[in-house]
Amino acid sequence: MEWALLVQLLVNGLIVGALYGVVAMSFVLIYKASQVVNFAQGEFLLVGAWACWWLITSQQLPFWLAFPVCLAFMTVFGIVLQVVVLRPLIGEPVISVIMATVGLSIFFQALMKWMFGVFAQPFPAIFGADRIELLGLEVKSVYLLSLGLSAVIMLGFWWFFTFSKHGLAMRATAFDQQVAQSLGVSVPRVFAMSWAISAVVSAVAGVVVGVVSGVSSGLSFYGIKVFPAVILGGLDSIVGAMLGGIIVGVLENLAQYVDSQWLNWGNMINIAPFYALILILLIKPYGLFGTKNIERV
Amino acid sequence: MHLPAGDFRTSYRADTTIFPTRNSRIALWLGIAALCAAPLLLGRYEMTILIQIGYFAIAALGLNILVGFTGQISIGHAAFFGFGAFASAGFVAQGVPVALAIPLAGLVTALVGLVFGLPAARLKGLYLAIATLAAQFILEDFFARAAWFSGGVAGRVTESFSLFGIRFDQPETYFYIVLFWVLVMFVGAANLMRTRDGRALVAVRDHYLSAEMMGINLAYYRTLSFGIASFYAGVGGALYAHHILFVSVEAFNILFSIQFLAMVIIGGLGSIMGSLMGAAFMVIMPEAVQSAAQALEGSWVDTALNLGSSLNFLREMAIGAAIILFLIFEPDGLAHRWRLIRAYWKLYPYSH
Repeated sequence: MEWALLVQLLVNGLIVGALYGVVAMSFVLIYKASQVVNFAQGEFLLVGAWACWWLITSQQLPFWLAFPVCLAFMTVFGIVLQVVVLRPLIGEPVISVIMATVGLSIFFQALMKWMFGVFAQPFPAIFGADRIELLGLEVKSVYLLSLGLSAVIMLGFWWFFTFSKHGLAMRATAFDQQVAQSLGVSVPRVFAMSWAISAVVSAVAGVVVGVVSGVSSGLSFYGIKVFPAVILGGLDSIVGAMLGGIIVGVLENLAQYVDSQWLNWGNMINIAPFYALILILLIKPYGLFGTKNIERV
Repeated sequence: MHLPAGDFRTSYRADTTIFPTRNSRIALWLGIAALCAAPLLLGRYEMTILIQIGYFAIAALGLNILVGFTGQISIGHAAFFGFGAFASAGFVAQGVPVALAIPLAGLVTALVGLVFGLPAARLKGLYLAIATLAAQFILEDFFARAAWFSGGVAGRVTESFSLFGIRFDQPETYFYIVLFWVLVMFVGAANLMRTRDGRALVAVRDHYLSAEMMGINLAYYRTLSFGIASFYAGVGGALYAHHILFVSVEAFNILFSIQFLAMVIIGGLGSIMGSLMGAAFMVIMPEAVQSAAQALEGSWVDTALNLGSSLNFLREMAIGAAIILFLIFEPDGLAHRWRLIRAYWKLYPYSH
């Protein structure tokens, strides 16, 4: 047993898991508000990170300017996607909506590869690569920053849905569209807003990952890791998504540890969450904390 | 079904016939005859494309039975397609003749599909989509790891088709093998949908609660449709293996699975001939993109967009765009468009 490695991996898992949690939260946000399962969540990270990277390297903008410009772009991007692609599909069967987002996913993956190439591009050094001693562990300061940012985003979500007018309108829409509409909530606007917020939050996560480990098409895999997280945490619970993300992050690093110490199978870090997912669905077909739909005829 | 006014069916037999009119039967025989003559008329490149359409159509038909007829979604079809390819190559390596290895590969893949179908029987819609996505990654990982089965990273070389000492190793000859399987599988599917089991599948799709109340065993039929879909995927994969003669892990990724779904959606959910049309569309479209890019070679568009080196990405983008555009503008697929065209000529000059 190597305790140091184990602890290091657990800390890594926590940090990566917090990012998964942020992405899962924005996934759940879309699902709750507009009942769309977004298979293109990972591409939000990808597009956001590439946009920010392009602004900094190619347009020579400083980071403090490029970042807000990138987020503004992502707001428009999210709204346009919702209006152009998803709005015509309202009322279509689940399979059609899933397929539309799958189509979006491969479209933007290929578009990004076409525009920026297939190789990982490092972000210009923004925060410096200094390491900080923390409880006897070496942690990159960027990681701490990403953990802090995740916490800020979570708090922001909590505030938004508990106190702000728009957040309350969104919750009302998620609860019952007709009732919300009759109370004066503009449902189309809520839909568009949920996509915009989701795109922006995912883009923040994308930029963070990009700063830590470079921008590449691998970013879109975060969108797929979301599924184990939301199945763990329940599709319609934002807190659950957060918890699910952290659990998945820790789980995959634990699997990595077990693999490197005893099994030597390789690739467990990527596959373990999917085994967990299948197991959970076998036992509880609606996820661990998901609400069971009671259907009446 | 567009029938002339006053043409009523008076027996179940007449109502469930595959070919409702004499003309449709004649058209089918003419079509088969034309395809049999195709190797004489077309070049090698066109034959290769026809072969590709053939095995993709078989696999897409399987997926259509699952998605279009039973209403279960699967984002892992390419994994089963790959399983069939590896299984067939494995049987051939053990000394089984190729002609026998193809149906055997289908059966083995069907068994694997049943195993994955068991948990899927309790799931539907979104949860099923996620579970099959997980299955895709797990199977892909298994292929990469199980060197005894897939040849590992190096891949697996296999033999071409031969029967009674005759080798079918050229596109012109192998085409007949693919055509045979396409006919068998499509007639099989068309007949399946006329049986009690086929109607049960459609009932599960249309309203699974009502179906259950009428005594249809939901878990049984959902698992069964997974098995059937995997059988089709396995046969398609085996035909693919003996066409390419080399099977490697990287081919069966998630993009490939999405391509199958795209075929089904573009062709038309719940339409047997639609699977063929969708497969044809998905095979021909990338070729069209490629020739369009080649036609533009050297022009200002080429230099501005760097077309030559990014053909793969253009193809992927075209696939994604095709899925989205069809879903928005033609959700019932090419099969529906074809029905409209036929009805138009049948009723000409009136519109109804």
